[in-house]
Amino acid sequence: MNPKSRRFKAVDLAYILIMVLPVVFGIVFKILTKPASSGIVIEGAYIYLTIPLPFQDLLITESQINSAIVMVSMLGVCLYLTHGMRYGCICKRHHIAEWIVEKINAMVKGNMGSYFSGFSPFVVAILALSGLSSLITLFGLYPPTSDVNIVGGWAILVFILITYYKCKCGPIQYIKSFAEPIALMPLNLISEVATPISMAFRHYGNILSGSVISVLVAAGLQGLSAMIFGALPGFLGEFPFLQIGLPAILSLYFDLFSGCLQAYIFAMLTMLYVSSGFPIEIYEKRKQKKLSIQKRANA
Amino acid sequence: MLEIAIGIILGCCALGAGTAMIAGIGPGIGEGNAVAKACEAIGRQPECKGEVTTTMLMGCAIAETTGLYALVIAILLIFVAPDRLVDILMNYVG
Repeated sequence: MNPKSRRFKAVDLAYILIMVLPVVFGIVFKILTKPASSGIVIEGAYIYLTIPLPFQDLLITESQINSAIVMVSMLGVCLYLTHGMRYGCICKRHHIAEWIVEKINAMVKGNMGSYFSGFSPFVVAILALSGLSSLITLFGLYPPTSDVNIVGGWAILVFILITYYKCKCGPIQYIKSFAEPIALMPLNLISEVATPISMAFRHYGNILSGSVISVLVAAGLQGLSAMIFGALPGFLGEFPFLQIGLPAILSLYFDLFSGCLQAYIFAMLTMLYVSSGFPIEIYEKRKQKKLSIQKRANA
Repeated sequence: MLEIAIGIILGCCALGAGTAMIAGIGPGIGEGNAVAKACEAIGRQPECKGEVTTTMLMGCAIAETTGLYALVIAILLIFVAPDRLVDILMNYVG
């Protein structure tokens, strides 16, 4: 397809709309449905809907909706970056897409070894989802990563992957791995269970502590400006002058830096745990044994 | 009498949250050590600055975990526990 044609541009526009519209929808939806809170309060995700189920009610909360928004908007980004990609046609966006793919492939190969080179889509999905979920606070939306349910879901997914790769050499090898340096079964079991818990708590605790500290500082500045400028008449006395700009400096660290760093750490730990849980030497020995048995059977 | 009981519950929750955050000392010392060593390493070998920085950030994040456990406990004690405990008390009183 010609990159200058009208149809190409129309599809481009559609992709950009897929990118932008979910965020706009989220902001409008929040304004329309969420009751306005008076003053500065610290609260969890707002519950929109409760679906009664036999064992446990299913809650549809703000964090689920926001993470869905992030996913749809990320899909738009991917479609836009790879639109019209073909051999020989190099535009700016294709450079960006190639750069991302190369970086992630190199990172996965460097940290996990060549056996796991097919793992990079999963790693980059977790990285982007987690990073953008934290960065959605910049639009004034509730960050899904400060909800333990969302991050706990990711951590359980990673835990299933770790267990799958540990079981890949047979159940006996899996049980043997618990008795590894010394036969201390309960301790190893605890550390096995602690992996997803610590991953979930690390991510969610960092983001939540950032938002709690930001809210506390904002409330403190409001009180301080009421104390200093309270004597001024009328509107001037009520307006919190000190709240302008100062909380943004904190947001620079807590929202931007901490959010990106935690996403990177979550992806890094996923890679390290999965690759360190997989006994690659034993797996390759078993594979060679199987191959030699097959050869013998064929001969 | 009931007011005193609820007051004791709220006060003890706040005290417990404050006491739990003593755990913040450990990660503070640990991360300080990590950053100090990283600075030394960069001073000795400035060419490996990028690698040292990423490793240090990674280590800092992992050292932070214990502090974050304390933080989660403190947040639960402030925002979740008082309601639950007062509910239990009310059910007990009837």
